[in-house]
This record gives sequence, C-alpha cells and structure tokens, in this order.
Amino acid sequence: MIGLLLLIRRDLKLAFRGGTDAAMAVVFFILAATLFPFGVGPDPEILPRIGGGVIWVVALLAAMLSLERMFSADYEDGSLEQFVLSPLPMVMVALAKIIAHWLTTGVLLLVAAPVLAVFYNLPAAAFVPLIVSMLLGTPTLSLIGAIGAALTLGARRSGVLISLLVLPLYIPVLIFGALVVDSALAGREYGALLMVLGGFLLLALAAAPWATAAALRQAIE
Amino acid sequence: MQGLTVKELDCVRGDRLVFAGVALAVNPGRALLLSGANGSGKSSLLRILAGLLPQAAGTLTWEGEDIADDAEAHRRRIAYIGHADPVKPGLTVCENLEFWARLYGLEPEIEPALYQFGIEALADLPARYLSAGQRRRLTLARLAVGQNSPYGPPLWLLDEPATGLDPSAVAMLANSILAHLANEGVAIIASHGGLLDEALGGHADRLDLQDAAP
Repeated sequence: MIGLLLLIRRDLKLAFRGGTDAAMAVVFFILAATLFPFGVGPDPEILPRIGGGVIWVVALLAAMLSLERMFSADYEDGSLEQFVLSPLPMVMVALAKIIAHWLTTGVLLLVAAPVLAVFYNLPAAAFVPLIVSMLLGTPTLSLIGAIGAALTLGARRSGVLISLLVLPLYIPVLIFGALVVDSALAGREYGALLMVLGGFLLLALAAAPWATAAALRQAIE
Repeated sequence: MQGLTVKELDCVRGDRLVFAGVALAVNPGRALLLSGANGSGKSSLLRILAGLLPQAAGTLTWEGEDIADDAEAHRRRIAYIGHADPVKPGLTVCENLEFWARLYGLEPEIEPALYQFGIEALADLPARYLSAGQRRRLTLARLAVGQNSPYGPPLWLLDEPATGLDPSAVAMLANSILAHLANEGVAIIASHGGLLDEALGGHADRLDLQDAAP
C-alpha cells in the first residue's frame, strides 16, 4: 500500500511539475468542444440536445491523448524494470499508474465539464447527471486505456495503435454516459444508467490492472 | 560458501540462440566480470539472473536453493543496474533517490549515499540539469543506499556500470563494490574492461561469453 501511494505521489509530482500532458488534455477538451457550435450553428435548441454527447466524445478523446505517455517514460528510462524487481507487485504498479492518470486527466476533465455544459446551454438539471456520469466513466477510460498503453509499449506508432485498440472498448462507456445526460434532459429516470456505468467501472477495475501488469511484464522481456 | 550458481544456461532472443551451456559459480565476497563482444549476451545473462528474462534452459541456484522456487525472495536479494538511468528529470536528485529507496523498503539515508558518489552538492537540483555522468552517479547511489541498510540486497547485477563515468567516479564505484564484497556480497558485472576491472583486480573472476557462443 505504501508503495502504491509512493508511486501515485511521484507521478502527481511529475505531472504537476512537467504540466504539459495534463494541461494538453484539458485544453484539447475545451478547444475541441468549442469547435462543434461553429460546425452545427449556435441554435439554442440544438446545442443542449447534442451537448451531453459532444462533451462525452471530446472527454474520451482528451483522455486518450496522454495514454501513450502513461508507461513509455518509465519504459524508456529503465524504471519499469526496477518496478518489476521492487517489492511492489506489478498489479499495484499498474493500478498506481492508472490512478495517477485519472487524477491528472479525468479529474481535470470533470472540473472543466461544467464550463462546457454552460457553453452548450445545458439546463441546470443536466449538470449533476453529467458530472456523476463522468465521475463513473472517466476512471473506466483510464483503466481500459492502460491496457492499450501497456500492450503497445515499445511499438512504433503506438499512439495510433492505442486508438485502434482502445476506442472500440470505449464505446459502451460513451453510449451510457451520453444517455445519462439525454435522459436527464428529457426528464427520464437515469439512475439505472448510472448503475450500468458503475458496473463498467467495477468490471474494468477487476480486470484492467491484471491485464495491464501482464502486458507490462511482457514488454520488458 | 555457495552464493550464486548457474548450470547449463541457454538464452534465446527471438529465433537466435545467444549463448548456450553457460555455467558459473560466484561465492560470497567475490565478483564476476562478464566480457564479450556486443551481442554476446552479457546484458541478457544479467537480465536472466535478475529474473527479468526467462532462460531457455538451465538452472540458477542461490545458496543451494533453486531461484525459481521463490521468485519473490530472489527479487529481494537483487540490486540491478541496467543500461538506462531510471532518473526522473522533474524530481530533484534527492527525491529521485528517496523514491527508489522507499519503494524498495530501504532506509532512505540519502546524504551518505550521495556523498559516496560525490553528488551531495547536487541534492536539491532537479535531475533535468544533470549531465549524463551525474545521472549515472545518481543511479549508482542506489547501491550505496542498499549498502548502508541492514536489508540491503546481497546480489549486485551491474550492466556496464562505469559507462559515462569519469575516473574519479569509477574509483568511487570500485570502492562501493569492494565494500560490498568485503561484506560477503556478490557482484556480477558486465564490462568492456578499463579502470573498474583493474580496480577489482584479485577480487573478481572472469567469464568471456564469447566462449559460450553457439
């Protein structure tokens, strides 16, 4: 447990001192979301209708931006080998990296999402469902993304490969995340949809750290 | 007097047999210098000994016990220094060393370790400002942290540790290794000759992997 916290703390320090990856994801999130109204027009009827879906799609793409760097720096400078030899099990190493990724990407997207919700003229009733759905969905994105990042470690054009591997697996999260916001807008019950998102999170939490650890071990051989 | 014993070790990378039938025995208090041309398998042998790479055939024993029987115990007895320096540019010299010491469950006595490799004046400097040689010294300072700890690993696996070091740093490294050997430790070192080999002199045996080439 101490090792897990040590690694998370180290990665947070590096992220906040380096800054670029985390800042890039949020700036991309905001910039890309602001492009849509230029394409579909500023109709106050249309924007709230597409807002939830757009925010979710852009959040998903933003979360993917920093996936390539999730393990590559540790792989290149030999840290990954040292992790394998350390008393911290590789599953915990993978989990620590995933948590750090979520804290430096997912949480920032969560903070920026209400700003975009205002921008898309979403009614106040959709704010809480949007935030809760992202609170459940963004960790799942980091968990699934970690598997792709670990599997493509050391490969050429790993960024493209990660997208090909991970995007199809993101689709269920996207569908249910956007549905939560749509249901809230239509005044329908959305609790069950949130539970499905929670189920995805639990499923990913149960499988992704193990799969990621196995892929990491494979990568250093 | 058992230390590390290796018998009939084969290594395959991809489809290529890198070496075959390697046998070695290193007693406590002794070092083994691995030599051989590029690609002869020095790094692969060290990685196999560290458990980072599976061997194609052969057995490895520590104090008479098969290493495969308890991989976790084997990991605890290893200090492995590879080609790369696991140094994060965004952390200070002190933070880098402290992170690894704590992760390995060692007492993070940082200052003596930095002093041992002559980088104590750089303790609060972000590692991004270090030269390649200073980064190497910082990597090697991890050995000193283990050395000063009661739980320090007895088996050092060093892959060309003197690369990028100036003669004074090589002397510091040699002193650390000699102190480790004096403490009944074991060191296996991939090397292309030079000052380190000379400094270890009579404390080290030699193995040329060229002789094990298929």
